[in-house]
Parts: sequence; C-alpha cells; structure tokens
Amino acid sequence: MLMIGTGNKAVATAVRDAKPTVVAAYPITPQTEVVEETANYVASGELDARYIPVESEHSSMAACIGAAATGIRTFTATSSHGLVYMCEMLHMSAAARLPIVMANANRALGPGWNIGAEHSDSLSMRDTGWLQAYVSTVQEAYDLTLMAFRIAEDENVLLPVMINLDGFLLTHITQSFETVEPGDFIPEINTPHAIDIDNPGGYGTLTPSNEHFKFRRDIERGMRDSVKVIEDAQNDFAKRFGRKYGMYEEYMTGDADVLVISMGTLAKETEVAVDNLRKEGIKAGSVGIRWFRPFPDLKDVVEGREVVIIDRDYSFGYGGILANEVRSKTGCSPFSVIAGLGGQEVTYDDIAGFVKMRAANEEHWFGVDE
Amino acid sequence: MAEIPDEEFILKTTSACAGCSASLILRYVTKAAGKDTVLVVPACCTSVIQGVYPNTAMNIPVYNVAFASAAAVASGMSEAFRAVGKKTNVICFAGDGGTVDIGIQALSGALERGTDFLYICYDNEAYSNTGMQRSGATPLGASTTTTPLGKKDYKKDLDAIVQAHNPVYMATACSAYPVDLYNKVKKALSIPGPKFMHILAPCPPGWRYPSEKTIEVGKLAVQSGMWVLYERENGKLSISGASKAAMKKRIPVSEYLKVQGRFKTATEEDISVLSEHVENNIKKLEREVEGIC
Repeated sequence: MLMIGTGNKAVATAVRDAKPTVVAAYPITPQTEVVEETANYVASGELDARYIPVESEHSSMAACIGAAATGIRTFTATSSHGLVYMCEMLHMSAAARLPIVMANANRALGPGWNIGAEHSDSLSMRDTGWLQAYVSTVQEAYDLTLMAFRIAEDENVLLPVMINLDGFLLTHITQSFETVEPGDFIPEINTPHAIDIDNPGGYGTLTPSNEHFKFRRDIERGMRDSVKVIEDAQNDFAKRFGRKYGMYEEYMTGDADVLVISMGTLAKETEVAVDNLRKEGIKAGSVGIRWFRPFPDLKDVVEGREVVIIDRDYSFGYGGILANEVRSKTGCSPFSVIAGLGGQEVTYDDIAGFVKMRAANEEHWFGVDE
Repeated sequence: MAEIPDEEFILKTTSACAGCSASLILRYVTKAAGKDTVLVVPACCTSVIQGVYPNTAMNIPVYNVAFASAAAVASGMSEAFRAVGKKTNVICFAGDGGTVDIGIQALSGALERGTDFLYICYDNEAYSNTGMQRSGATPLGASTTTTPLGKKDYKKDLDAIVQAHNPVYMATACSAYPVDLYNKVKKALSIPGPKFMHILAPCPPGWRYPSEKTIEVGKLAVQSGMWVLYERENGKLSISGASKAAMKKRIPVSEYLKVQGRFKTATEEDISVLSEHVENNIKKLEREVEGIC
C-alpha cells in the first residue's frame, strides 16, 4: 500500500506490520512521533500489542529485556540522551542475546542543548553488541525496520538491532513509501533460551571468567554470522517486494576515481553531488554505509581510489569515527571531513566542495576550518 | 497454622553467609509462590546466594538484571506473560539499595502503571553485598563502612513512598516470623495488580551479631517496635499478630540495639531519637487503626 509520511511514521508502520507483542517506549525529540504512532496503532487495534508507557529510557530497554526473555517480539525507540541513558541496558540486552529491535533518531548530545541530527549518540554505543543500520530515505526506514526483526530473531544471530535515522532530516521529512504484507517473510519468533517454567534455569547468574569469555566470543560469532543473515533477508526482501538493499549502497562507483563514503541522509545528498561533479568531469561515486555493525567489507570498492569520508560524529582525541573504521579496515588514506554536527546543514554543493578540496590523510571541520 | 508446603525451591547448600535471613525469606517466598514463578533479581546478596554458573541453587527461573532495572524488567515480563495468557507470578526480589536508592524510579513507574507483579524488598539496611556500605535504608546511628562514626541521617520511609502509589496490597514482614511472611506472600499473589512487601532481613556480618542469633534479632526488632508488621489491602491498615502485642507493650529500643555491633557508635541522643521515632510511629498507626486519621 502506498502511503505518505515521515521517517518516524514509516518506522511505526513497519512496527505495526512486524507485529511485536510488547512495545515499551519513552518520548524524546525527534523520535516522539514513533512513540505516539505505535500507541495509536495499539489503541486502534491495528497492532495487537501491550504498550508499556515507561518512566525512562533505562526502563524502556529494561522492560523490553523482561518481555523478550519470555520469548516474545519487542520494540522500542529512542534518541540521543535517551540512548546513552539506556547504555547499561544495551550491553545487557545484547549479552542476554535478546532480539530486541529499536529505532534511534540520531541527535546531538548536550550541553548545550541541541536537537539536530548527529551520529554521536549511536556511535558511542558502537561496542555494545547491537547490530546497527543507518537509513537514508523514508522507504528505507520502513523496509529496514521490518527486516530488523527477521535479522535479530534469526537463530544464528539472536542479537538486538538498532535502526538509525537522522533526526529531523529523516524523522520529520515526508516522502511516499510502499508498505508490504510481510506474510512469512518474518517467521514466528522462536527464542531458544526463553524462560521456561518447566525447565527452570538461572539467567545471568555469577559467571566465572572462562565461561564469560565464551559467551563474549559467541556474541562475535553471532555478529559475523549476521552478515549472511542480513544478505539473505535483503535478497529475500528484494525477491518478494522488489526493493534491493546491500550491506552498503553504491552509486556510480563502477568507474569512479574518487569515492565519498558517508552514512544516513548525507549518503543521499552525496548522490546529487556525484551527478553534479560528473557534469564537471570529476568521476565521483558514493558509498552509503547501511550496516555499520557488522561492518561491511569495503576493500574491493575502495581499492585504487581516492576516498573522502564524511563523519557526522567525532571521537575526541582520535578522529572521525567512520573515517577511522574505513581506514583501519581497508588501509586507505581518506580525506576526513567532519560535517553536519548538531544538525548543521550540509548541501550537495558543500559535498562537491569537499571532493574538490580533498587531501589524503587530512582532516577538515566544515564551517570551522574555513 | 498455615500449611506450608514441603516442596523446596531453594537448595539447602547456597553460597549465603551463615545465619543469612535473606535466604530464609527467599525460601518462604518461593514456597508461597510455587512453581509457576519467575524471580527478577537486581544486584544484591541474592545474586550471590543462588550460586555460580552453570549451577543454580534455585528451582524456579531466576532472571538477574541490572541494579536499577528490576521493576522495569518485571513490568515487561509481566505484560509479556499476560499477553500470551500466562498467569506466571513475576516477583522482584531486591535488596534495600536496589529498592530505596538506585531502583526507586523503576519501582515508582511500575507501581504507577498498575503492573501485575509482586515487588519484595528484603531490607538488611545497607549495601551488604559489597560489604556493608550505608544505604538510604540504614537507620540513624548505625555504623557502616561508609558511616564509620554512625549514620547521621534517618532511614528513608520506603513504605510511605510506596503507599503514595496506592498499590492494591502492601505488607511488611520479618524473617523471624515465617508463617506471617508466607501468608502475606500468598495473599499478595492472589490479587491482580501491583503488590509490595517490605521484609526486614537481619544480617549477621553486617549488623555484627553471632549468626545463631538471626531469629532472635528479628524478634527483638518487632518486640521493640523498631519494625512493625502490618498489611494494607487497598490502603486499609491492619496490624499483624506479633506487632499487635508490641503496640501494647514494648521492650526498650536499646535491647534491640545492644545485641548489634553496628550500633556501638550510636550516641545516647541517637538512641533517644530512635525511641521517640518508634513511639511516634506506633501512635500514628494506632490512630489510623482506630480511624482517627
């Protein structure tokens, strides 16, 4: 069915169609519409779920943990301070191997108060054991949220999945999007370690270091196995519903001399910059990182090309997070651009400008280093 | 006398300290709750009591969760069970630190939302699991490793905070009165909605008394009026057996304090303040029972 709505609306609609049994959420700008719309779907009966209006984000993730532990499907959504407030529970949900799905509206952290788009919130949760995807369009917000349930719940993964969408730039813009009838695209949830009264066990009891170590190793096993699960889900999605997704989105990369690598809405803006640069005779291409965890294999696409990487985030004392991830995985020497923090406007002309001023291994803070 | 079932849900050889009243409480709580029960346990002594992976001393599922999160986890768990038509008891079994301090926000939220669960705070009046640091539940005058000269602040009135949420059922109990405790858990679990129990749990190493005196110390707490056993069903107060007697005639508070090493630092003034507090509290409860306020 063709709908018109915001990124937030698309997420809520995908949640309706994925049919979780429990939704626990706490409102925060710019995610609030997800909370309201899922509540509306529950109130109208379109989504047959228990809606828990928790008193904090720490508790929204805690409630999802308690619910998912019984073997049912759960969903929550947050942003920014809400995400970092639930940090402890992100670690616990991943280590408890609970396939919780969460949407995160990427937003800056204070002080000073700033509600604009920034990836610092989710990237500071990088090492929690959550899978992380970044979407660029309203349609993708719908499709990836739906796919997230299948991927998280796969017996070879059993890890939570975070779908990230840029605050305001995607949460609040309106585009048309096509919904699907998921049918058996998302199989019935089957959590092998769900609480079983007839087979009582201790969950998360004191665990000696050698056993703890094995559990942590298995999180990484699940993370690595998730690559195939993601690819299978995306291929099956394309076969059933006609929209194709990869671990990352390539645009005009085939003959490109210079690649711009970015995440979220910046990747779509970059595609326009690529078109314009090509009119000027600069053979540019775009790589939009869709799955940040597990991190995709970019070696082949980066090989032999100049690379410009745009980070809407920063690791103080080190550098742009995406730039350094790509550099360490591929050995490339990127021009690292820090742009768009706190919702700073970054146009396709600005991005074309980054390409023109590129210098290997240098770092440029857009609007600051002029 | 209640028929307390023989079936045990906690094995006899746990890793609890000798004379641990928390494990005694756990024994009677689980006997009252029965097999169709999940315990949600935040960081507390019970994290240790249940044993080390891959073993467990418990014969019902125990879900160990982050310190601040017990009531919120229980909230999600209860909703999930009810959504699929299961009546499984969801019981939070939390210490005083996990309840009156770090966990109070989640508890308040879960009570306010009408969560169908039983929250039990077993109160050993300090962070005993980390070696006896002060908590909001530590009484005035008691020395802990972070109040070496005795606590200068009052014990937080947890029951008044919980009562302000109007739970369908709330009660106090003490490990020294297991039948009363058992009956209250039974009653709590027979009522849908948010239930709360506050159970005094004397702690031999923390309170510094010989482990064989753990029942005696619990009885002194009640006989002196320092701990009052009561229940409230939909707000209506009724004083329980052993405390009814203490309402009429009490032993001096000093009789309770002097058997515990933790009160060695308590000043004469502390003792008189504690005694005055007991008298005021009992007068207040008497007035409520008589319908005066």
